[in-house]
Amino acid sequence: MDFTVLIFLTSGLFLGWSLGANDAANVFGTAVGTRMVRFATAAVVSSIFIILGSVLSGAGAAHTLGKLGSINALAGSFMAALAAAMTVYAMTKLELPVSTSQAIVGAIIGWNLFSGSVTDANALIKILGTWVACPILAAAIAAPIYLGIQRLLSWAKLHILRRDVYTRIALILAGAFGSYSLGANNIANVMGVFVPASPFTDFKVADAFTFTGIQQLFLLGAIAIAVGVFTYSKRVMLTVGGGLMPLSPVAAWVVVISHSIVLTLFASEGLEHFLASHDLPTIPLVPVSSSQAVVGAVIGIGLLRGGRNVRWRVLGNISMGWVTTPLISAVLCFVSLFFLQNVFNQQVYTEVTYSLSPKVMDHLVESSLPAEDLTGLKNRKFNRATEFLQAIGQRTYLTGYQQKKILEFSETTDIEIRADIVDALPPDWLSAGQIEAVRKLKGRHFKFKWAVADALEQLSDEWRLYPDSIRNKAHNKQIKAKLDYIYRTFKVSR
Amino acid sequence: MLLKKRLVLFGKTKRLEAQFDEFMDRIIEASLIFERAFKGYLRDGFSEDFSIAVDEVNQIESANDDLKRKIETRLYEQTLIPDLRGDVLSLIEGLDGILNLYQANCYRISIEKPDIPQVYHRDFKALAKASTACVDSLIMASRAFFTNIEAVRDHNVKVMFYETEADKISTRLKTRIFASDLPLEHKIHLRYFSDRVEDSSNRAEDVADNLAIYTLKRSI
Repeated sequence: MDFTVLIFLTSGLFLGWSLGANDAANVFGTAVGTRMVRFATAAVVSSIFIILGSVLSGAGAAHTLGKLGSINALAGSFMAALAAAMTVYAMTKLELPVSTSQAIVGAIIGWNLFSGSVTDANALIKILGTWVACPILAAAIAAPIYLGIQRLLSWAKLHILRRDVYTRIALILAGAFGSYSLGANNIANVMGVFVPASPFTDFKVADAFTFTGIQQLFLLGAIAIAVGVFTYSKRVMLTVGGGLMPLSPVAAWVVVISHSIVLTLFASEGLEHFLASHDLPTIPLVPVSSSQAVVGAVIGIGLLRGGRNVRWRVLGNISMGWVTTPLISAVLCFVSLFFLQNVFNQQVYTEVTYSLSPKVMDHLVESSLPAEDLTGLKNRKFNRATEFLQAIGQRTYLTGYQQKKILEFSETTDIEIRADIVDALPPDWLSAGQIEAVRKLKGRHFKFKWAVADALEQLSDEWRLYPDSIRNKAHNKQIKAKLDYIYRTFKVSR
Repeated sequence: MLLKKRLVLFGKTKRLEAQFDEFMDRIIEASLIFERAFKGYLRDGFSEDFSIAVDEVNQIESANDDLKRKIETRLYEQTLIPDLRGDVLSLIEGLDGILNLYQANCYRISIEKPDIPQVYHRDFKALAKASTACVDSLIMASRAFFTNIEAVRDHNVKVMFYETEADKISTRLKTRIFASDLPLEHKIHLRYFSDRVEDSSNRAEDVADNLAIYTLKRSI
């Protein structure tokens, strides 16, 4: 692997470290702060489960960040992660409430602005919505659990010593669950920006399963988080307990379990699939702030107790954090990208060219998009998405969905289906039919991604995307992930 | 391995639970021994039986001191109930203080052998009985603190009731003593013993007051 790649990844590792130091403290903070669980136990359990969560379930939330903007050059990813990490570090030093999720979203928007890429408004609204929903949901989950556990304990009449033992075990289990969900949900914050520019390639472990490049990337990030847990989280853990409200160990357990449930809800692909297949509304898979989930859960319990013990000023600070954190991060990222590009001569984004070739125009017509209004732009090339959309805007009005589709169809690329690469496609991930379809395209060149998708779909039903619906979401997502893999694998690098 | 460790943990917890119970059993035992010995003293004066009772209370006191140290050590060594440890230790200390009062009263009677006229026997017996009932209710409140927190209040109400009873009896007794024709030094000696017998109920009330606060803190 290229040595510079490792240098660029360091900013992600720095971000991982600060996430480990701050957010892992949320999971075990009250348990360690109240001396119910020893720090060493907390650190070991937390690290193991963060790593497991990141590698096994980390992909879900990463997808949403990817939709917000695909940082397509390693130096850009480096700066986005560094800007986010510096924001988190500075805010922590200033003792302001901070969320890694918000910092990274801000940094991605900063990169989008710098590179002239379009920020997907739908994805952004989805993310902003979950930031508000996350603490509210945590409060709504914590309150009934707290009431239930209160009733249960009153009924069980356990000796305080036995209750102490049970609480310790429950805290460790909840902490393990919390760490797993933290890893699954928040690894996207740490390594998500590196996904499109990932330097790792898939490899097989003992012919049994494929260790994907993304999993390797997430493992690296998870290890950085674990290092953060071991080196810096103790101090944070010991102070996190009394922050919002004095908590008993049992209440601390309620907080941890509610936080974990919320993070799982926002990270579980399995749950999304289950809800979708039962025609139930799904929960967006978005990296949410674990700090805010904890705060929400504490406030839920506080309100149940009459709200007297809650320090409401902290809530004000959190709401302020929703605005300031992404803003600082975005500005920092934008300014730093300028320096990185112009002073250090680094390529912080790969130029994407948009062109309305006759082929694209035909495809727009086939897809019922208003191609006739855009004839004036035929064959013109644009190097920035924002400029392209501006030119379109002068001619016609398009909805957000139409804009997204036109950008998708007119993005030019260079894909060559090379025989040697076809032979190396992973047979355990792609079906035999899918690989066969790719093989039939051997030797062909494509200028557009959609053209590859169309060609594959015509050759095999196994490449077919179903009409957009919640039920078909899981299938389509999988096909799109595989198509992305094909685009990346066969892209001709210049 | 983990299962074994967990079983050991539960085993240790059970043993400590038993030690708490034993500690409180002994206080009840000491209070009953004192009440019985004091009544015997009123009936027969200083006797062999009273000496035996003094020895018994002594043994109970020293055994409970040992037990208290074991409980304290275990609570600290294994960092058990970190949120309630301070309160539990204060409670144990408070209960131990009551046991010390019984021991001290036994010694005082043995040494000073107060001359209690027959006419005050009924009040002294009633005072000892109310004080014992008060301590008995406190022990029930303390046990409830460990297992059934909602019942603490019920037992505490009884502690307050018996303490007020003991107070009334003591006031009546002292009024009668000082209204009598006994020499002043005798009156003062009797007043002193009335106060000492009542002491355990006053101490029990103090512990019950603290227990009420610990109970509020214990609510999750």
